[in-house]
Amino acid sequence: MASPQSRKTNPAFYALLTALIVMSAGPIALMLATSMKLNVDIMSETSSLFFMPTLRNYEVALCDFLPYDVEGLRRCDPTFGRSLVNSLFIAITSTTLTLVLGCMAAYALVRFRFMGRNVVSLASLVMRMVPPAVLLVPVFGIWTYQFQIDGTRAGIILVYVAMNLPFVIWILQSFIVQVPIQLEEAARMDGAGPFQTFFLVVLPLIKPGLAAAAIFTFRVAWNEFLLGNALSDRNSRTVPVTIVNSLTEYDIDWGVIMATGMLLAIPPIIFTFIASRQIITGMTAGAVKG
Amino acid sequence: MQIARINRLTPYFFLAPAIIVMAVALLYPIGYMVWASFLDWNPSQRIGEADFVGLRNYAKLLNDAAFLESFWVTVKFAAVVVVLEMILGVGLAMLLDRQLRGMTLLRTIFILPMMIAPIVVGLMWRYMYHPSVGLFNRTLKSFGLEPVPWLSDGTWAFASIVIADIWQWTPFIFILSLAALQSLPRSAMEAARIDGASGWQLIWFIKLPLMLPVLIVTALLRLIDAFKVLEVILVMTNGGPGLSTEILALRISRTASEFRELGTAAAMSNLLLILLMALTLAMFTYTKISEARAARLRAAASKDH
Repeated sequence: MASPQSRKTNPAFYALLTALIVMSAGPIALMLATSMKLNVDIMSETSSLFFMPTLRNYEVALCDFLPYDVEGLRRCDPTFGRSLVNSLFIAITSTTLTLVLGCMAAYALVRFRFMGRNVVSLASLVMRMVPPAVLLVPVFGIWTYQFQIDGTRAGIILVYVAMNLPFVIWILQSFIVQVPIQLEEAARMDGAGPFQTFFLVVLPLIKPGLAAAAIFTFRVAWNEFLLGNALSDRNSRTVPVTIVNSLTEYDIDWGVIMATGMLLAIPPIIFTFIASRQIITGMTAGAVKG
Repeated sequence: MQIARINRLTPYFFLAPAIIVMAVALLYPIGYMVWASFLDWNPSQRIGEADFVGLRNYAKLLNDAAFLESFWVTVKFAAVVVVLEMILGVGLAMLLDRQLRGMTLLRTIFILPMMIAPIVVGLMWRYMYHPSVGLFNRTLKSFGLEPVPWLSDGTWAFASIVIADIWQWTPFIFILSLAALQSLPRSAMEAARIDGASGWQLIWFIKLPLMLPVLIVTALLRLIDAFKVLEVILVMTNGGPGLSTEILALRISRTASEFRELGTAAAMSNLLLILLMALTLAMFTYTKISEARAARLRAAASKDH
């Protein structure tokens, strides 16, 4: 803070900075506050700043997992609890699979010269732009009539892995390029095969890249709605699908919905606070290198 | 001999799993979609049972007022959102390009709206726009002003989804342009300052032109993403009232699930895909051209010395 530029800093800049932080985090804070309000408080005409925070909405949403009965709740609806389990399973499995497959492919693209290399590279760039809405019709048709895996978690995982692979391959490529080839040559000298070199030498060196790729993949698999909605049945619904299904035109139970929304938002929020640097690197790389 | 063959096959072993998954679950569906767009197909039929109708789906779309309306809404939404977000994002980056305490916190908080589920973003805004319990109308009421029909009037609904999108995505532009700004060569700025350039002149004649390549790519990236927005709008308005916020992606999903016309939905998807591919290609070509120009300039500069 000793640089001459910072000493001149006008307090107005701090005001602007604070305003931006408030504007950006405000809606999220409002959601958190609403999720801790009883419906009486949400609907009341008086000021909404003062209320007794309660965890009741979370208890209602997660009633299936609680060892005790929620007070005053007539019937426990297990829908949300089930979809939370589905979401976790689908997001974690598809992230792991995408990373393993993506890593191997990116390594091959960077380190080997072979026929078709440029085609694969360009194709994965173009594929990044395909939106889920475009995949909706064909994926629904194929999954239902040809693969017959509609309504299963495996079916949803398959489409998420495929959707995320192009981006993961592309971002990992840029990290693998930076691994000095001498290290790999030394490993090979010592008698390691290509697979050993890859798993024991290269992988540990690109951990930051893996972290960024994992966060972006998890985010897509955890947040996606459209394809999850088309491919899931009652037992394999994910959290976004459950939330949209519980939104009706009138008479929305805002407290509980906000609690479920908050539960859906928490993992990405945690990742952001842990790894904002990696996320920004991933984002800027996306724009600067095209 | 044996070893040599294994070595030659190694890259394919590494690539094979990823290629197979993408071929089965990405490339094949896209091909399938192109084929389906020539069929009269409803969800209870296998694709083999659907009738081939040639270009009829496309012809129908071009005469379908609802589709044209939704296409227009999509283009309008993308254009408005990108322009406003570019102005705000770049402007904020210019203002805040200095060593400030709290900058890291701002950047972290700024990423949050992009990381949390679009469904949740839609939910938050739908709550804030709520006619009676929402934050905005409550505030208006406490000042004694008339409540605004945020989501129930066509024009307001469009403005409302634009505002939500600005909240969610301006930080993206801000972060990218701040990164570009901070990597500009210091020497150009110093030289201009010594020549007596004012702050505005510095921004207008030095910073903006130097940032332009990054800004164009950023705008194109954002434009491509703006065509993909779906969930936020789905939760907030579900395309209504009327067709005022029915963007193309929503129309595709409704055509498939409500109207049960998979062939028509496929034709729409195909048009959207072509549009996005064109934008991607434009971005790709632009990066290649500007890289080539930079290389030429560097070569010219080194020849001078």
